[in-house]
Amino acid sequence: MSGARIYVSRDASAQGVGANQVADAITTEAARRGIDIELVRNGSRGLYWLEPLVEVTTAAGRVAYGPVTPDRVADLFDAGFTRGQRHELHLGLTEDIPYLKKQERLTFARVGITDPGSLKDYLDHEGYRGLKAALGLDPAAIVARVTDSGLRGRGGAAFPAGIKWRTVLATPAAQKYIVCNADEGDSGTYSDRMIMEGDPFVLIEGMTIAGLATGATQGFIYLRWEYPDAHMALDTAIAAATQAGYLGDDVLGSGRSFHLEVRLGAGAYICGEETSLLESLEGKRGQIRYKPPLPAIAGLFGKPTVVNNVITLASVPIILDRGVDYYRNYGVGRSRGTLPIQLTGNVKCGGLIEKAFGVTLRELLYDYGGGSLSGRPIRAVQVGGPLGAYLPESQFDTRLDYEEFANIGAMLGHGGIVVFDDTVDMAAQARYAMEFCAIESCGKCTPCRLGSTRGVEVIDRLVAGQDAAKQEVLLRDLCNTMIQGSLCALGGLTPYPVISALNHFPEDFGKSTIVKAVG
Amino acid sequence: MVQKSPSLGVIPIRVEPSLPAAQRTAVLEVCARLKSVAGALMPILHGVQAALGYVPKDAVPLIASELNLSRAEVHGVLSFYHYFRKQPPGRHVMHLCRAEACQSVGAVTLEAHVKQSLGIDFHQTTADGAISLEPVYCLGNCSLGPSIMVDKQLQGRVSPKRFDELVAQARASS
Repeated sequence: MSGARIYVSRDASAQGVGANQVADAITTEAARRGIDIELVRNGSRGLYWLEPLVEVTTAAGRVAYGPVTPDRVADLFDAGFTRGQRHELHLGLTEDIPYLKKQERLTFARVGITDPGSLKDYLDHEGYRGLKAALGLDPAAIVARVTDSGLRGRGGAAFPAGIKWRTVLATPAAQKYIVCNADEGDSGTYSDRMIMEGDPFVLIEGMTIAGLATGATQGFIYLRWEYPDAHMALDTAIAAATQAGYLGDDVLGSGRSFHLEVRLGAGAYICGEETSLLESLEGKRGQIRYKPPLPAIAGLFGKPTVVNNVITLASVPIILDRGVDYYRNYGVGRSRGTLPIQLTGNVKCGGLIEKAFGVTLRELLYDYGGGSLSGRPIRAVQVGGPLGAYLPESQFDTRLDYEEFANIGAMLGHGGIVVFDDTVDMAAQARYAMEFCAIESCGKCTPCRLGSTRGVEVIDRLVAGQDAAKQEVLLRDLCNTMIQGSLCALGGLTPYPVISALNHFPEDFGKSTIVKAVG
Repeated sequence: MVQKSPSLGVIPIRVEPSLPAAQRTAVLEVCARLKSVAGALMPILHGVQAALGYVPKDAVPLIASELNLSRAEVHGVLSFYHYFRKQPPGRHVMHLCRAEACQSVGAVTLEAHVKQSLGIDFHQTTADGAISLEPVYCLGNCSLGPSIMVDKQLQGRVSPKRFDELVAQARASS
């Protein structure tokens, strides 16, 4: 009989708090005691406050311990953790941890469970069933399923994926491309990274299905350089999939061809914008393009191109496998399916929460998150990355739904929630939003390139109380110009965090002074 | 080297500035390996930086001639992306996250400590050549910030004390 099967995550965040050292300590201690173990480096379950999380397989299921430090490893062996015995760090069955149990994991079904480097493990856990279903359908039928599922772009823009695919399918060309936007630059987001590190095959499968659906034979994953672990995991998985005939000139003997490669970005936030990304893939400066033409008609190298986010593509296999209704029965209104939410920042229990649309911010912040990490009151949350609005406590009952967020002048974006306690200076956050835009602007349009720098200056004068009432008028006017006049979302959305901070937290901008000055 | 131009007569073409032989070989090797791929410039700049630690100014005309691009086009791309270095790095490169999720758990305080303890600002290298400091806007570690990447290894929950330990480790290793 082989020994206990033990899991320690290889996820970059888990490594950042010592997962490699814990894995080494377990291997060393097992050898010292002559105990036979099999150590699997899995993806993360996304319970980040419990990382490094150690799991062991028992007859009842996987039992978890965490957060484990190397100096507790000997202690764990003493307690008999390889048989799932009790210990101070014992968390019970992993699947029964409420944070995980209350989730609806569709896209993340395998993350944290399988060995991301093992194609066999992927196949043993319902992998590649979506592709097999797709191979039995004609392209228009695949596109119809994606459209009918209600899947919208998870990168932030929430554009219906099926419509994009249909345009590419309907545009005749000798060469078409599938491009995966893996330039996950929004602060407060890491769900793309978790998929790529923890279940890379699901992304590869999704892209292959997109190729079959649209007639594209070449795919590119545009990955940010900041994710070296994801790069390795993807390269390993692509090699394994190619070797086994899931990628290449003849996908599973279908006569259809699909090739895939990873390309690295180089630290430019703007390359998360799809046309900048295409410019970068072509070997140019990441400056945005005018639209039209849409990338679906003239994209990479001028050819019809699907550009989708990692999560969008990784959600396709389960739709093809389980059917349209299975997926669209989750969610509310026009927001169908699930959203991998990332609960981050100053929060006690931060992590990945995949839930059907419709959960409220308050449930996430308190029921899942357990309040702030510092123990102080939560004052503001920023949803949707650096271009997302800051929301005060009075808006915490908003449901996660694309339209509900739009109605309060906010956006869901890529599902990142950053929590701030009451020590936050909202004027400083507003200033940072403008500063970030100035650093990352591609420079193509004036409202973004110059407006962001002027925005920093105006906020500085406003906070310093130099003619404050006038500065506020000027700032609002500048924001309006950026919203109306910018070519893309960077300049067009940077005003959202600025204006929301000003509207909801005027006291941080010295507004009491303004009122006196005006009065 | 000269070239005929119908309108301007004979114009001198600037001779390529010299790149040390070893670097020249490395750049040419990367170009030979990658220049046939579609959109080759980004992979080539990554390849040169991986081989040399940075992209020397004098590599620009060489890459341009290998790819049949103008020097301006290569320089334009090189200077657009924050990750590409124009100067040699220290023995270790530290990328400190400045983004919102890290700010919410003390990144601003950490940044002040980092700059003060190393005695350098962003984009600089310590006098002993051990550490180069760069800002980064999100490392995807937003539930376990403040975050820093030391070479290619992510570190989470980095307090000023933990940072000092990481620096000591980096200085002790080659």
